[in-house]
Amino acid sequence: MIKIGVPSKGRLMEKTFDWFGERGLTMRRTGNEREYSGTVEGVDGVELVLLSAGEVPRELAAGRIHLGVTGTDLVREKLADWAQIVAEVAPLGFGHADLIIAVPSVWVDVDTLDDLDAAAAAFRGSHGFRLRIATKYHRLVRDFLTANGVADYQLVDSQGATEGTVKNLTAEAIADITSSGETLRANHLKALSDALILKSEAMLFRSKVADDDGASALLARLGL
Amino acid sequence: MTPSKSAIRAEAETLFAAFRAAGAAPVEADILLPAETLLDLYGEDIRARAYVTNDPLRGEMVLRPDFTVPVVQSHMAHGADPARYCYLGEVFRKQDTRDGRANEYLQVGFELFDRTAPEAADAEVFTLFAGLLAPLGLRAATGDIGILMAAVRGLSTSERRKAALLRHVWRPKRFRQLLDRFAGRAAVPAARARLLERLASDTPEALIEAAGSFVGLRSVADISARAAALIEDAGTPNIAAPEAALLYDLLSLQAPARAALAHLRGIAPMLPAILPAVDQFEARLDALDRGGVDTATLPFEASHGRTSLEYYDGFVFSFHAADPALPPVASGGRYDALTGVLGQGRSIPAVGGVIRPGLVARLKGARA
Repeated sequence: MIKIGVPSKGRLMEKTFDWFGERGLTMRRTGNEREYSGTVEGVDGVELVLLSAGEVPRELAAGRIHLGVTGTDLVREKLADWAQIVAEVAPLGFGHADLIIAVPSVWVDVDTLDDLDAAAAAFRGSHGFRLRIATKYHRLVRDFLTANGVADYQLVDSQGATEGTVKNLTAEAIADITSSGETLRANHLKALSDALILKSEAMLFRSKVADDDGASALLARLGL
Repeated sequence: MTPSKSAIRAEAETLFAAFRAAGAAPVEADILLPAETLLDLYGEDIRARAYVTNDPLRGEMVLRPDFTVPVVQSHMAHGADPARYCYLGEVFRKQDTRDGRANEYLQVGFELFDRTAPEAADAEVFTLFAGLLAPLGLRAATGDIGILMAAVRGLSTSERRKAALLRHVWRPKRFRQLLDRFAGRAAVPAARARLLERLASDTPEALIEAAGSFVGLRSVADISARAAALIEDAGTPNIAAPEAALLYDLLSLQAPARAALAHLRGIAPMLPAILPAVDQFEARLDALDRGGVDTATLPFEASHGRTSLEYYDGFVFSFHAADPALPPVASGGRYDALTGVLGQGRSIPAVGGVIRPGLVARLKGARA
């Protein structure tokens, strides 16, 4: 049995279903609308596993699913050395978003990472603690800032409404996913001009840990 | 072949006994340490390297990533100097790749706190380590971050630029970027040029007002001060080419220690600020000679030991196996500034290092 992990709700699920449908694999949810179960038609021996997009990387890494759809941001954030354990099979053409660093628009002296680093040094001096950056992408943001030589900051965890943390005085800056930038502007923030950490999109991944179990044949049949 | 845990433990006990025989008092340190001090010292980098966990009563805690901080704290709390300490125990390091590097391993260490003769103390630690590791035929590497820091302090440029360089002395890539810009070797980035143009168009207060609703803790005063600093910096002349050339030369200096000393003596008249540091370098080499180290062949690199998560600000050393995939078998150095940070105003010159008995046992096994 080949197990395919697919995000369990919303537009991500629907678009994933459409994408597989165009390739001859019909996915549907079954049971009542709150029940997380689904079926696959058109090909035998394929099981649909509905789960949160954030859990797909872990399930791929454990080999409990053979294939899975999730954002490239989540795979890179959650799996150390990700390319060793999963392979990118095909981009799905949706879910595009940029992971960026944003600061208040009124920071007229800050436009680049270089400015952020200098502002962080001065902030630590005058406020007595490291400049706080709110994010849920701890590994990606830390690696990016380390590679770019930014110091004197700290990451604070924010699992949602991250743009609001600056106004709420729980962070000085944020690192988050944005597509249009509208939420940033509405919260009086601007993106740094040279801090594009990752261009994320929905991707079909294959576990390198799971046994084949016919997954190669299935991918060939789907033209992948 | 990986040696057994008991073989590693036995190796560690042997090294520990040697440190005690060299006059060190054994110290114990907790495995679970409060995160605050380490986070304050190292920032986010420590979260990438150490296991940070949460305790409902004690807040964030760290599984001991090294012994230096607890040993310095213990000395600052109730030690009298001069003092020699040794320790033996596990340290824990997160690894970000799946290449099988250890997450948990034993360290045996030796630390020396002494106000009187820092060069003799440096030599004492190095010769002790070199003697214990001699049977393994390791390659030694040494450096002196103090010379580089002295050279930066002696540059004829603004205090702000010197402070920026010193702040990034442990981040070689960033240091190089800043130096390139301050020396006029790299053009002012377009984004910075635009920013300066905008800042020149009005007062910071007016620009902030025009930028929209004010949010966040970073104040108008903070923003205005940095804007003023940027404008001042834009008017700062480049570091003069000959002086900059000396610093680039220093960054790439790599030679046997005595030859490096002669080279530094040669450039000191043009960069007199490094003279005290070069004198210390020479005094250390003399002390090493007396300890039986051949300083005519001892490798020296002026940039050795410049990595983040380190706190060395003077003499640095390490010992390496032939296999470049292996981490250093031993490493150490001088960390005078760290004792000042941890001692809340009180400080004491300190030098020390650690050996990984797991690697020692492995190399001995390979030779047997």
